[in-house]
Amino acid sequence: MYNMSLPWWAYALMGAGLVIFIAMIAISVRRHHGVKRSLFATPYTLWMIVFTVIPCILVAYYAFTDANGAFTLENFLNFWDSNYAKNQLYASMGEAASAYIMRGTVNVDTLVYSLWMAFLCTVICLLLGYPAALFMADRNMKIGSTIVILFIIPMWMNFLLRTIAWMSLLEDQGLINKLLRWLGFDGVRLMYNSGAVLLGMVYNFLPFMVFPVYTSLSKLDPKLGEAAQDLGCNEWRTFTKVTAPLSLPGVISGITMVFMPSVTTFFIPRILGGGNTMMFGDLIESKFLTEGNWNVGSALSLIMMVLILISLGVLRKFDPEGEGGGIA
Amino acid sequence: MKKTGLFFKKFYLGIILFFLYIPIVVMVVQSFNAGKSRAKWEGFSFRWYAELFHDRSIMNALQVTVAVAVIAAVIATILGTLAAIGIYAMKKRSQSMMMTLTNIPMTMPDIVTGISLMLLFLFTKVERGFVTMVMAHITFNTPYVILSVMPKLKQMNKHSYEAALDLGATPTYALTHVIIPEIRQGIVTGAMLAFTLSLDDFTISYFTTSPLVQNLSTLIYSKARIGIDPTLNALSTLMFVALLILLVIVNRRTADNAA
Amino acid sequence: MKKFLAVLLVLLMALPVCASAQEVVNVYNWEDYIDESVLELFEQETGIHVNYMNFTTNEDMMVKVETSPGAFDLVFPSEYMVERMLAKDLLAEIDYANIPNAQYTLPNLLNPSYDPNNAHSVPYMWGTVGILYNTTMVEEPVDSWGILWDTKYTDNVFMLDSIRDSMGVTLKYLGYSMNTHDIIALEEAKAKLIEQKQSGVVKAYQVDETKDKMVAGEAALAVVWSGDAQYAIDLNPDLAYSIPKEGSNVWVDCMVIPKTAKNKENAEKFIDFLCRPDIAQMNCEAIWYSSPNTGAIELMGEAYTSNTTMNPSEEALAGCEYFNDIQGDFLTLYNILWMDVKNAK
Repeated sequence: MYNMSLPWWAYALMGAGLVIFIAMIAISVRRHHGVKRSLFATPYTLWMIVFTVIPCILVAYYAFTDANGAFTLENFLNFWDSNYAKNQLYASMGEAASAYIMRGTVNVDTLVYSLWMAFLCTVICLLLGYPAALFMADRNMKIGSTIVILFIIPMWMNFLLRTIAWMSLLEDQGLINKLLRWLGFDGVRLMYNSGAVLLGMVYNFLPFMVFPVYTSLSKLDPKLGEAAQDLGCNEWRTFTKVTAPLSLPGVISGITMVFMPSVTTFFIPRILGGGNTMMFGDLIESKFLTEGNWNVGSALSLIMMVLILISLGVLRKFDPEGEGGGIA
Repeated sequence: MKKTGLFFKKFYLGIILFFLYIPIVVMVVQSFNAGKSRAKWEGFSFRWYAELFHDRSIMNALQVTVAVAVIAAVIATILGTLAAIGIYAMKKRSQSMMMTLTNIPMTMPDIVTGISLMLLFLFTKVERGFVTMVMAHITFNTPYVILSVMPKLKQMNKHSYEAALDLGATPTYALTHVIIPEIRQGIVTGAMLAFTLSLDDFTISYFTTSPLVQNLSTLIYSKARIGIDPTLNALSTLMFVALLILLVIVNRRTADNAA
Repeated sequence: MKKFLAVLLVLLMALPVCASAQEVVNVYNWEDYIDESVLELFEQETGIHVNYMNFTTNEDMMVKVETSPGAFDLVFPSEYMVERMLAKDLLAEIDYANIPNAQYTLPNLLNPSYDPNNAHSVPYMWGTVGILYNTTMVEEPVDSWGILWDTKYTDNVFMLDSIRDSMGVTLKYLGYSMNTHDIIALEEAKAKLIEQKQSGVVKAYQVDETKDKMVAGEAALAVVWSGDAQYAIDLNPDLAYSIPKEGSNVWVDCMVIPKTAKNKENAEKFIDFLCRPDIAQMNCEAIWYSSPNTGAIELMGEAYTSNTTMNPSEEALAGCEYFNDIQGDFLTLYNILWMDVKNAK
């Protein structure tokens, strides 16, 4: 029913990979009178080279070439000046057209807007999620572990469906507005704006903040807090001097896990924002799938990758060990 | 004072959980709505559940989703476990290099991973479909398996493997009877993680498949643009209930084992 | 070992059934653009399995067809996309010997400029672009595109998230041709669209979502394709459809076979099936677009001919134009202008 076939060379490549792997094992068995365990990582290394390293190189390749494959920096100029191609066309059309030549800021604006939205989303998730994690980790809270499970369960439901479900709540004729009108208030416009997009993002990414913070908090030795209190700290000082600093790795990893996907979201603005606002992810997607412009699309992806790497580097500074584990 | 504090904490958690669950409740309720409209209640009915099993595209997508998740999880688990054992046995420098390689797909935004894989398939003229989707899923799953297995390897007694060899075990025997049992827990966690991640993935599948092979996420996305189809609500309600039951069973079993 | 076998069993069960020997046809059509039971009827009659796939806009479809050669046997582009696909040499010639039912095609749709002699395309449906409005919210007569710029309807207008349609409507409103290559007209249209967005009139840019939202009363006015309008009117009698006096777009969606198709004959069989009057009638009554099939029109009789949405009058059509394709630099230009509109704050 589905086309399972690959081109012949793909099979040849896989066969070659397998042969190399077996040969390496055989050689290692002869030389070391046993299998060298580090060889076990070979299939994975090969896999990652083909499916991670080469694709990244391809993105860079397309970003620095034009439609004919020649080297160019125009794709990045297209990012800086979204009217770049248009201006070139107008310049060749005489005076009347030249009047319309000006720099377009669409791409840069969208990037700034995405970063701003991601920042807001991260801050809100931190403000909502930190207390939640703190309370869950409270040892007086006997049902803490049940609540952890309650936080995980919604994530099993397809996140697109959960986001769409918000639509039926937020619409003008949706449940919230119906309730408001029934109570005698005026309806409010909840959907088709940045606020709705932000809500969708917070909703989707909040658990990513709660889990790492919870993990790092629940790892804390309760005796530390008791010791601080014995030494005369009140609850607030215990929190600011002991608990909060020690949960920092969890917070950092929470920030990473919320910020990264937020910058690159590309479906929430379309579903909840009514296509009125675009985020950088939408822009990349439309470059590839609507305009079919791989070169500019790749340039935008590359810019995004670099930005992510920079922000990761900055976050690493705060958490050099990279200890704040992910989920659980 | 302590009491009120605890009450406040529970209240706060309750509100956050309410926020997390309200759309799900809405969805479940809607799945029993006799009418198609999102906003109007037209009576209780199982109509959408009946239609669900007759909807070819949904059933197809369900099959694809499960098949991709199972195949990708199995391969990723094998690949990842072997890799973790291998990386663990490496010298410091190559170890950190391998971990960087492992971190790339995890830190890269989904959309960039999806697009870079799409470019790979387009560039090599491999027709996108089932196989490419599985490959993409293995790619983003394997690092999670490695990260689940690694800590277990670190906890393991360093010398038990060598001891087994000294006692005359072959490397294969030592692997299957010493290492694997020790890290079993990590392998299981990794496999589960891989399976769940691939069940839920949208972005990467979206870019690495053709319209012919849809998984649930990509199908839902294309349907969402027309206006939600209540059969999808029915489907997710069923999946939700199935997962809940599974959870209860697993919990029971662990509780029994502990007792 | 037992566990391993169990896992293997699950794996095998999960594997999609590979019925490779079966005849198939891979159809790529617009969302919501067929009576789904037609697919089953076709399978029952011919034994050919239909893999049915959907797209949202012509532009998205084009990228997919170009990047997935061999994936589609039958595609449903609009006339201007047929023109582009022909220019890119993507389409196979249709063998009319396999499509006897093509004889039912409306004569005025035959031998179009975008595809001389219909050598590569068979009309599937046609329709217009117009304004769908809620008569409980709009009291004045709707006869001009200008109403979409009226701030009385702040937050109450759905626009089409489709480049050609939204630009075309605005060009018409400004008194230009929808196919103009005059960049000053295009810049003016862009400015007009941005003005509309910034004035707060536009509630959302969307495509297939609009009809259900109009039924629910989410907005007063919407730019829609005629079939979506008829679908909505059917579910909510407060709604009405109008083709503004400045003129609009009339379009034909066609059935074409890509050169890379793997099952060309099956595709032709499917085209023939869709052209059969009773099947064309089923589709027309399911999606409410205008049928190019004389046989189906005869079968539907009065119900079809008296419906002005599906069967607009000569005068209404007089000001309407077909889209010509835009290519090369102007395509880039259109994309840039549209991005400016979509991202205007």
